[in-house]
Amino acid sequence: MADANQNTAALLEELPEGQAGKARSKAWRRFSRNPLALAGLATVIAFALVAIFAPLLTELPRSCVRDLGLSAANQYDYRNPTTRAFWRAVVNPPETCFNMTRVGFGTQPRNAEQSGTRLGTTSGGYDIFYGLVWGTRTAFKVGLIVVGIAFLAGILIGSLSGYIGGKFDNVVMRFTDIVISLPSLVVAMVIVLVLGKSIENIMLAIAVTAWPSYARLMRGEVLRIKEEEYVTSARALGRRWYGVVGRHILPNALGPIVIVASLDIGSVVLTAAALSFLGIGVEVGYADWGQMISFGRDWIIGPPGQPFYYWYVSFWPGLIILLFVLGWNLLGDAFRDVLDPRSSR
Amino acid sequence: MLSFIVRRLLLLPVIFIGVTLAIVLLMQLLTPYQRAAAYVQSEQQIRNIETIIDQFGLEDPWYMQYGRWLKQVADGNLGYSRTSREPVLTTLRKRFPVTLELALFAIVPVIGVGVAMGTTAALNRDKFFDQFTRVVSIIGWSLPTFVLGIWLLVIFYGALGWFQPGRVSTVFAIEMAGAASQFKNYTRMLTIDALLNGRFDIFLNALRHMVLPVITLAVVLSAQIMRVMRSSLLDALGQDYVRTARAKGLPERVVTHKHARRNALIPVITLSGFVLIGLVNGVVITETIFNYPGLGQWAASAATNLDYASVLGFAIFTAMMVVFANLLVDVLYGIVDPRIRYD
Repeated sequence: MADANQNTAALLEELPEGQAGKARSKAWRRFSRNPLALAGLATVIAFALVAIFAPLLTELPRSCVRDLGLSAANQYDYRNPTTRAFWRAVVNPPETCFNMTRVGFGTQPRNAEQSGTRLGTTSGGYDIFYGLVWGTRTAFKVGLIVVGIAFLAGILIGSLSGYIGGKFDNVVMRFTDIVISLPSLVVAMVIVLVLGKSIENIMLAIAVTAWPSYARLMRGEVLRIKEEEYVTSARALGRRWYGVVGRHILPNALGPIVIVASLDIGSVVLTAAALSFLGIGVEVGYADWGQMISFGRDWIIGPPGQPFYYWYVSFWPGLIILLFVLGWNLLGDAFRDVLDPRSSR
Repeated sequence: MLSFIVRRLLLLPVIFIGVTLAIVLLMQLLTPYQRAAAYVQSEQQIRNIETIIDQFGLEDPWYMQYGRWLKQVADGNLGYSRTSREPVLTTLRKRFPVTLELALFAIVPVIGVGVAMGTTAALNRDKFFDQFTRVVSIIGWSLPTFVLGIWLLVIFYGALGWFQPGRVSTVFAIEMAGAASQFKNYTRMLTIDALLNGRFDIFLNALRHMVLPVITLAVVLSAQIMRVMRSSLLDALGQDYVRTARAKGLPERVVTHKHARRNALIPVITLSGFVLIGLVNGVVITETIFNYPGLGQWAASAATNLDYASVLGFAIFTAMMVVFANLLVDVLYGIVDPRIRYD
């Protein structure tokens, strides 16, 4: 009798997975036929490559070279994959590498020829090209970490709320309603203002308002899956609550939440950039696209008769932010289409 | 329905306590000197900040501070704004109508364009217009407000000179601020006041200054409405009652616009909460770029000035506004969709 029960349980566990496998290959076929999805994927991969190989694409500033343990004699060793410095620069570069290189300290921006840099310098002599390349790393860091924190917090809170139910669920969900209805930028402004400007504080400030959508979704999924027969039988077979949640509910609930996460990375990076643009984001000089636009704010319009004279200070960072967010949004949109057959009707 | 509204109204003070408690706890990370900013009322008081610290016991434990601060807030004292050089509450009162006016003007294209394009896209599914809408909405949704605003400013102000930043041209601003000015501020919303004063020239001028900020605010938000409208109309078109309506032989336009679209609008109303948050976030950035003298511009410059009192006042005010507006949306939702029962 016990044997038969275990067999049933094994069968029940296998069934959804087998179906999932089939659905996955079908999903990939639909994904690969969607040109917008492929464009999104290509954009994100291109940005990821730029972020990974940032040390090879740019001339690192002296403080960063020093922190990599290199001297004037072997300062270009960070471009040589056989050295430790190369791997350190790629995997875990010192914070000083995120400080944009400066060509002079003048407030007036200079174009590529005037400054001898690839795309020119923005106000304060900061190299635009360097900022764009290392800003890609900043963007990935902010996007992935914030979404990661929100994702984990949301899953934890949502599954507890859905699984326990009752009064606890009610209180948690009302709290979630309140947080979700607060304007994220304003909350982040308050938090960064009090804690001070830094990349870590921005990430924390954005995560504070980012988790409720995950919690809500997770709770809904848990409530739905809780009633499924395979959960009832797992419980009947004597699995503990954490076993039921970890082995049966979580794996089946994650799908839609991953989609939300992929859609969220773009908007998280946007909020971070907006904070930096307002001047309450990262430390001054940190490679960050929003801050670069903020540097260019007094130089948006050129002298009379030449309105586009300083075009490069706001054009390049703006374009790069747009492409980055667009890439993630295209990708997230495609995920949603593929995994939710309703939306493609 | 009535009991639902009452219950939601009772929730307002709970939210107020939650928000203020969070702020007071956060403020414990500051020094008593910085905290004092939330209590001062005038420029003179800033000069002897020690008195304020003593008076309000800013070195006491947080729960004692909380009670005193809440009383201050209840009395309408939100501190003194270094940025606007007047009590925070005065600034909120002065600048809120400016922002409200901008937001109200922005809502028209957000909903109008969003619903119209979403409808047309759904009715022409997979045809050119649908694909076009899809691309437009995803680009619009990915466009950072500040990038769009700056680009619009360069083109339409810098290069073409069609629109100016600010709220009204300097000529009118000087005239209205003049001592002998006959211009009366009834509502502090310039377009309405201009009409009430019979000044059609100021009305047009104010309208013209609003064009770029409104476009900037509207592009991002209408993109979201477009998407939701399209998918919810597609959903509605597949419903049985649409088939019934067609089977009855009703004209196609009546079926799509009366039967399907009215039901498809319901999810769009759910979205209005997000639109509202988007407006608040967007207004901070848009007003900063276009130098539009509303709440958002004030809050943004207060934040760069480390002017705690102003930012906290702004945060409390917007949080309460948003919560209150969401309540209105919920009520509206119940009226539009009789299937929803609150109990």
